[in-house]
Amino acid sequence: MSRTELERSLRRQRDAGRKLLVPYVTGGLGPDWLLAAEAAAAAGADALEIGLPFSDPMIDGPVIQRASVAALASGATPAGILSAVSSVDLGIPVAVMTYYNIIARAGHKRMANLLAEAGVAGAIVPDLPVDEAEPWLAAAAAAGIETVLLAAPTTTDARLKEIVTRTRGFLYAVGLMGVTGERAELASTAADLAARCKEVTDVPVLVGVGISTPAQAAQVCAVADGVVVGSAVVHRLLDGEGPEGVSRLVGEFRTALDS
Amino acid sequence: MTAAFEVMREPAERGRFGDYGGRFVPESLVSACEELDRSFHKAWGDPHFRARLDSLLRYYGGRPTPVWECARLGDQLGIRLLLKREDLNHTGSHKLNNVIGQALLAEQMGKTRLVAETGAGQHGVATATAAALFGMECMVYMGAVDVERQELNVFRMRLLGAEVTAVESGSRTLKDAINEALRDWVATAATTHYCIGSVMGPHPYPFIVRELQRIVGEEARSQCREVLAGGDPDVVVCCVGGGSNAAGTFAGFVDTGARLVGVEAAGGAAMHNGVPGVVHGMRSMFLQDEDGQILEAESISAGLDYPGIGPEHAHLGKIGRAEYVDASDDEVLAAFRLLAETEGIIPALEPAHALAWVVREAGRSIPKGSAVLLTLSGRGDKDVALVMSRSARQPELDSEGRRP
Ligand SMILES: Cc1ncc(COP(=O)(O)O)c(C=O)c1O
Repeated sequence: MSRTELERSLRRQRDAGRKLLVPYVTGGLGPDWLLAAEAAAAAGADALEIGLPFSDPMIDGPVIQRASVAALASGATPAGILSAVSSVDLGIPVAVMTYYNIIARAGHKRMANLLAEAGVAGAIVPDLPVDEAEPWLAAAAAAGIETVLLAAPTTTDARLKEIVTRTRGFLYAVGLMGVTGERAELASTAADLAARCKEVTDVPVLVGVGISTPAQAAQVCAVADGVVVGSAVVHRLLDGEGPEGVSRLVGEFRTALDS
Repeated sequence: MTAAFEVMREPAERGRFGDYGGRFVPESLVSACEELDRSFHKAWGDPHFRARLDSLLRYYGGRPTPVWECARLGDQLGIRLLLKREDLNHTGSHKLNNVIGQALLAEQMGKTRLVAETGAGQHGVATATAAALFGMECMVYMGAVDVERQELNVFRMRLLGAEVTAVESGSRTLKDAINEALRDWVATAATTHYCIGSVMGPHPYPFIVRELQRIVGEEARSQCREVLAGGDPDVVVCCVGGGSNAAGTFAGFVDTGARLVGVEAAGGAAMHNGVPGVVHGMRSMFLQDEDGQILEAESISAGLDYPGIGPEHAHLGKIGRAEYVDASDDEVLAAFRLLAETEGIIPALEPAHALAWVVREAGRSIPKGSAVLLTLSGRGDKDVALVMSRSARQPELDSEGRRP
């Protein structure tokens, strides 16, 4: 497929009054992860995050850790996952989510080109804070890859200003102080941070980490432009619910966000 | 090139040691790292903080530790061999220097809880000890594989009031314990200090831990001058896991003419077999595959079972101020026995790596008559059972050359 610009696409949806939904699927997880990605796209996602698994996923909780271990054990590689992604037309923009060592090992320019050739629009690199990001941001931009930066509840106003000027695609507002994973309650930090972000940027602000249920998504979207849903999706895959389970879950999120 | 005396001072901007170091952490941890950096600089320049630390290390920890000249073993090897006796610290290793400093810092920052990673359990025991001393809560993360291998240290930590969590993720060893400690810290930084065990992790940790271990090198330098009639050693050698005992020791000798040598475990030789990478918050050298997946280290000594190395060592190696070599399990076991038999000192398996290199090189790259300072970073009690089981599996030959 031809690359869909992540930010332009998300802005268009947002400006049309739609709340944005970005599910995450660990690349290489089980035999049908790509079918699951297609199912998520068909069930109302606005963009997709595909994980390139890393051996030491330091900011991920148990669910995505387990998925990463399983994917790597079955031989998943960045090249294999990207080749699979490039073989399908998901109809919505794709961003990869990976750790910086995967990029550093390949080389900035080489990885940026690999992503672009696979039709990937964006990259999310949670262990690459804005102060260290410049070499990658330059290589990514040169290849047309939009790098999504993250803001956290403890990010100072001065840093937030820097982050919003450098982020591309969208701004990832980390909803709570902690690792990825499902939580029973929506953290109070989620809406607070989303509001702070919305005040200083016009880039779409999506809240991720700890968004586990359609109700939580709808709640935070009173302030935020959308949500990233990771562990809740991957959990379905680990439980063997397959693409149908993912389709059902993403559909429920879509319904909650649309109503 | 930077003049030698400027090496091993403040890292450059953004925590850099040349190309290495840095702060590659999730945005959620940036503010905690910044707070730590500010607090450490303030404390380190504060005479009151320094006096409290000195007093704790002296009266609680047992400093200064002596330098002992091994007359018998030195004769046998044809060199002068001096041991910096960090094994005589309370809890049995140099790890105490670091944790007492970090616990004091944590107290100043108003933190009430320490988290730590541990491999063999030495750093975990030291942290649990400091937590008990300071009346803090303590959580130690330890790979599930190591929990099984190091039952006794797990019990020690619990005796000291710490909670020990067996880490089941990834390869279930030290690198995974570090990930888990970082995950804990992301969620708890408001009340918790991450007491990292070596000169690794995001800036400012490699700098803080080196400064807290600098006392080893500074003491050793003046002690060596007493023994060597005002001279400095020709060779300074230490084992390297993350590299804290080596960094502290080297800091005392980097501006002398001494040859600085770090000895890694052959199965964890990040300097030899690794390539540059970014893991655990730092750019350094790591064992990894073509895609950037981190590989497991494998060594008889759990304390050296780390697939990376502290960033300042990567830098010292790159500029040629220090050299990094490795020793095999078999050489290490032989050196372990040799020190016990000739000097009456049972070393930890970690510093036995440094000795194994000295035994191999004496009369070769270490000329006869050289003065060698070796940091004996810990005592061997923790390893006796392991060495016993290794010996049982490979019994010595009897007088007729058969296995009994
Ligand atoms: C006695 C001893 N020496 C050395 C080490 C390795 O650590 P470092 O390289 O930071 O000195 C350990 C780690 O557990 C240890 O217990």
